[in-house]
Amino acid sequence: MLMCKDATRLMSMKRDRPLTLRERFSLRFHLTMCSACRECDRQFELLHHAGRRFEPPTEDRTTDDAPRH
Amino acid sequence: MTTRDRGRHVNDSTESLADATRYRRRLEAVRPRLVSFALLHLRDKTQAEDTVQDTLVTAMEKSDAFSGRSGYETWVFGILKHKLLDALRAQQQSGQWQPMENEASDEVVDRLFQRNGRWEQHARPSAWGEPEATFENEAFWQVFDACMIGLPDNLARVFSLRELMGLSTRDICREVGIRESNCWVMLHRARLRLRTCIESGWLKETHPC
Repeated sequence: MLMCKDATRLMSMKRDRPLTLRERFSLRFHLTMCSACRECDRQFELLHHAGRRFEPPTEDRTTDDAPRH
Repeated sequence: MTTRDRGRHVNDSTESLADATRYRRRLEAVRPRLVSFALLHLRDKTQAEDTVQDTLVTAMEKSDAFSGRSGYETWVFGILKHKLLDALRAQQQSGQWQPMENEASDEVVDRLFQRNGRWEQHARPSAWGEPEATFENEAFWQVFDACMIGLPDNLARVFSLRELMGLSTRDICREVGIRESNCWVMLHRARLRLRTCIESGWLKETHPC
């Protein structure tokens, strides 16, 4: 049976490559039972989007000094 | 005043001068974000500043090439990303990196789990709250930056290329010369170390006891 350490390995991996069917099922099963790993999965997801911090807040289109083309 | 009248007063050169001033103002505004992005990748303040300076000059020189299809800042970040990849290659070639091979195990990660693979009690993840609120919390990003600095260089490089630069693991292994499976192992370690560090730094700050 999948334990937490290996579950975190699959949680990390699923952000970099598609999991196999078997991996997906064992991870899903583990997550239904383990609240700590569910939190870890949420935190990995947040880290996965850390780059959003560098996106411009409203992008350039709303300002009146938008560049002319 | 009609449009035609105005046209007589504003000739092409003042138009482009106004554009240049406008672009320069926007570049100054985006500069701090460019520097913190560059710093997370290069892990060297001087090199990060130099790369951003080079990016700003290129953006000014090429502002005619800005098509307006994407936002201006997005376009500038695109220039920075190319320059960062060049700078990273230069760092690696000049021997500033430790070899990229993987240690067999990572003792920081090993300490998070019991022998049977379950979380150690002290390492069990707690809730961080709503992601949107977390993203807008400046204190969170201060802890994030400190934790990135604390990561071993190679783990941090692979993590930034994946999660900040947005490269695929296949592209990363080509860039830094490791096997893709190595890359997955490094990302797993980086994510676990980061989340552990952030949790101990950030939750202590928001819920002092």
